[in-house]
Amino acid sequence: MNRLLKTRELWLALGILAVIVLVTLRFPRFSQPGNLLTIFNDTSILMMLALGQMAVILTRSIDLSMASNLALTGMIVAMINAAAPGVPIPLLIAGCVVVGAALGAFNGILVWKLDIPPIVVTLGTLTIFRGLVFVISGGAWVNAAQMSQEFIQLQRGSFLGLPILSWFAVVVAGLVYLLMTRTPQGRAFYAIGVNPTAAVYTGINVGRTKFLAFVLAGAISGLCGYLWISRYVIASVEVAGGYELTIVAACVIGGVSIAGGIGTVAGALLGALFLGVVNNALPVIGVSPFWQMAISGAAILIAVVLNGRSERTKGRIILKKAAAV
Amino acid sequence: MTDFPATGRQLPDRLDKPLKSAVLSWESLLVLVALAIFIANSFASPYFLNEWSLSDMTFNFTEKALIALAMALIIITGEIDLSVASIIALASTMMGLALQAGVDTPVLVMVGIGVGLLCGAFNGFLVTGLKLPSIVVTIGTMSLFRGIAYIVLGDQSFKGYPASFSWFGQGYVFWVISFELVLFVVAAVIFYVLLQHTNFGRRVYAIGNNATAARFSGVRVDRIKFVLFCLTGLMSGIAAVLLTARLGSTRPSIAEGFELEAVTMVVLGGVSILGGSGTIIGVVLAALIMGLVTFGLGLLNVPGIVMSIFIGSLLIVVIALPILFRMWRQRRA
Repeated sequence: MNRLLKTRELWLALGILAVIVLVTLRFPRFSQPGNLLTIFNDTSILMMLALGQMAVILTRSIDLSMASNLALTGMIVAMINAAAPGVPIPLLIAGCVVVGAALGAFNGILVWKLDIPPIVVTLGTLTIFRGLVFVISGGAWVNAAQMSQEFIQLQRGSFLGLPILSWFAVVVAGLVYLLMTRTPQGRAFYAIGVNPTAAVYTGINVGRTKFLAFVLAGAISGLCGYLWISRYVIASVEVAGGYELTIVAACVIGGVSIAGGIGTVAGALLGALFLGVVNNALPVIGVSPFWQMAISGAAILIAVVLNGRSERTKGRIILKKAAAV
Repeated sequence: MTDFPATGRQLPDRLDKPLKSAVLSWESLLVLVALAIFIANSFASPYFLNEWSLSDMTFNFTEKALIALAMALIIITGEIDLSVASIIALASTMMGLALQAGVDTPVLVMVGIGVGLLCGAFNGFLVTGLKLPSIVVTIGTMSLFRGIAYIVLGDQSFKGYPASFSWFGQGYVFWVISFELVLFVVAAVIFYVLLQHTNFGRRVYAIGNNATAARFSGVRVDRIKFVLFCLTGLMSGIAAVLLTARLGSTRPSIAEGFELEAVTMVVLGGVSILGGSGTIIGVVLAALIMGLVTFGLGLLNVPGIVMSIFIGSLLIVVIALPILFRMWRQRRA
């Protein structure tokens, strides 16, 4: 099983390489280290979000409210910064994580305590959170002139040649990797995804584990709220509209099984990177950016066909049916 | 839903409904909610109780509700189709292309419905033919279908639909009764009969309750699911014709967010998202409630984005209340 997972990520990495090589053949400057770093930096936010979504999907749930959570925490932090520029940025970032985690906890509580299907809960909070952005901002924008310089510049600085934004992605990826592979909690995410009934017998609280996955996804969404707003220096109601599905797409392309229990940090990161590379390559080869959506759609379909193949060989479908009854 | 709320997995031979369970049913709760909102609306705005206002209100939900009818059947079988809004975008774009080619109204309508049907068949093939999870497939086709609309249109739009075509979205059959409303009522009756009074309908429930058992009982599970995806595509095609005719133009962003509203209608209507239970009457009532809420709030000058908070909260509260009530009763017992 381990080898199978490895090959899937290998294929994805090869796919990304192939895209880079193909583009480079015509436009040699595409694969210069500087440009590749830019692509990585551009994709950092999506990579972090994909990791949060992966934790949720592993537990057989889905979080459609991540983009709205991001927009809401982003708006809150932007308004605080506009009103009180003196508040230190690290404190604001910590506040973002807390607010995001609280919003995620709201999803999680409904899933855990009331046993409402996650897709219904997050469909509801998807609209509620985004509506709240409008309510607290009155529909107004917070623009660059209202934000403080430190607020905007923090993630643009660089450390050891890598932009701070990329460092955020690296650190989050490292932490999630440790969580998923080195802690009982991380293994619990996988366990209840593979077989919830068996997980109960091993002493795992299924509801509580799902709750924690939603809190993690929420905390990451909150962090990305600050990063998104300070990167694009505009906070509005439309921030990251429709992005929730891009996040799911990154996971699916990265081999995270929507049926739960299957998925790796490397896979989710590569899935996000694939979308990032394609999106960056399109304008370079002179294809209209309007092709982006169709291409990511096709990529999702191809990925899910390939995933379906490799999952079926292990007879997982039968196992899942038995557990679901 | 009412008889077996806890598991939703039993399938009785026949659903006999004594008066008590009818009174306590999900549908009667929805009727009460609809009445309450209707009364609140009439107090809140002096412009509400007027035949033309009420007629305008129906435009708020007819197109989405047409899709919700078919979506209900899909969700009852335990699948989901998130690509419906993108099917509208693609069908509308193809109608625009057909218009440029100089075809007349009947062909335009056929193009719209035909493209919808084809998209639905594509979804159905991926789900039943290749055995892929429908939520991922339709998230993929959701990007793909709308993506094609973006490739064709970019930042442009198609305009200049003929007047005879506009009638489908703007015309009235009789007095204040619009063509859209008539079509919706007819479709609702057809779906009601199909789901609740035919063998096909019973098989749909059977699949949702236990697909494996249904297969062993001789139900052609994959074929029925395929038909349902085609049906949802067809209804989306019809909705595309109505919406395009009503707006008089096609942009690639047309009908954005319809999929979530259609799913909300279905779930609010008492269809279990896990499959196996739900009624068409509930879905129709939920559509009416959503139309009433958005229209009433619109009369009060509440912005659309704030309305979405009400819709989202309505969805969660209406689902959570019966569960809380049951927990409260269990704790007392």
